[in-house]
Amino acid sequence: MENIINIGVRSIFIDNMIFAYFLGMCSFLAISKKVKTAFGLGIAVIFVIGITVPINWLIQNYLLVPGSFAFLGPEFAEIDLGFLQFIVFISVIAAMTQLTEMAVEKFSPALYGTLGIFLPLIAVNCSVLGAALFMVGRPYNLAEATTFGLGSGIGWMLAIVALAGVREKMKYSNVPAPLRGLGITFILVGLMSLGFLSFLGFSL
Amino acid sequence: MSAETAVVEEVKEKKSEPLFSKKNQKLMSNPLDIDNPITVQVLGICSALAVTTQMKPAFVMSLGLTIVTASSNVAISMMRNTIPSRIRIIVQLAVVSLWVILVDQVLKAYVYDVSKQLSVFVGLIITNCIVMGRLEAFAMGNKPWPSFLDGLGNGLGYGMILMTLAVVRELFGAGSLWGFKVFATLGIPYQGNGLMLLPAGACILLGVIIWVQRTMNGYRESH
Repeated sequence: MENIINIGVRSIFIDNMIFAYFLGMCSFLAISKKVKTAFGLGIAVIFVIGITVPINWLIQNYLLVPGSFAFLGPEFAEIDLGFLQFIVFISVIAAMTQLTEMAVEKFSPALYGTLGIFLPLIAVNCSVLGAALFMVGRPYNLAEATTFGLGSGIGWMLAIVALAGVREKMKYSNVPAPLRGLGITFILVGLMSLGFLSFLGFSL
Repeated sequence: MSAETAVVEEVKEKKSEPLFSKKNQKLMSNPLDIDNPITVQVLGICSALAVTTQMKPAFVMSLGLTIVTASSNVAISMMRNTIPSRIRIIVQLAVVSLWVILVDQVLKAYVYDVSKQLSVFVGLIITNCIVMGRLEAFAMGNKPWPSFLDGLGNGLGYGMILMTLAVVRELFGAGSLWGFKVFATLGIPYQGNGLMLLPAGACILLGVIIWVQRTMNGYRESH
């Protein structure tokens, strides 16, 4: 149990998807102009990462590991499908995103109205595929992988809402013209990331 | 991928257009400056910040991305009239991941140490917004040859920013260039600047590069 809490806290604050790994930056920068939409996208990302990481964990450990077809007979024991990893993972993510979109549209039209356009964009959010690939590289069990997925999603949401809050206030400040928009946003993200570095001091 | 790129930029062509006409040259040169994928279109930021602590991985990454962008642009452009628009995203992802798997296997075979250093970021070329963005915005509406040039141009534009970042970060962060100890060889005592090696330093540096580039080419953005 303690281990699970550790992984959760670690993935939200210390190994934050945005401020430590810089994954999912494209939508992070494009959709962080307003707090409300940023929050909606954040919720959708938590949902998709939280579902796809455990599914990809199952696929990785039961289908893609060398020798995972040994139960079919000794002649299958040599099969190693590891090279299919990318295409399988991205297919799962694209399919889950599509399913999520359909489910949300059917059961909660109000939520669909607010999230609508952002849902398909999640399929190409680097943080979702990134979380799946990090999960493979670390010795997690299913519960830990799920916690890691949810934690990464929550960390991502935290970051985008925080940036949107700052950018809303940026409207009132006098930034040099060539630096306006993207330039100052990058510098802001850099400073926020320095702030998040202080979490590195936590020993878990 | 930002929503703005979803608008298809149609390029009208005549039948007997020479291979390197003015328009086609523009396709190559625009992404290097006024239509740069990183500093103007805001695509492919993740890897630009993560792999630029040293020049070698940055170079391999730019090369890989250029190959993937150009070849998947051509592939999608050839199929553009047969792909049903409802499932185009998954078709595009399948084509892109095919090319990425090829690049990954080649890297693992010939430059294993760099491949280890790039870790997940080779795989993340699949979701690199530049690739998807160019497929959506250009290859879906244009012939293979212009699409190839567009992919090549955008890959080079990405590589240009990546190499600039990598030179500054490696020189001032570790005091070396391509692994060669510059300051130590010149006999100048230099203490590496740790901020440059952090992702935060890369972010601030990229902000400054955008500032310089926009001051020079006059591109402005209202809030």
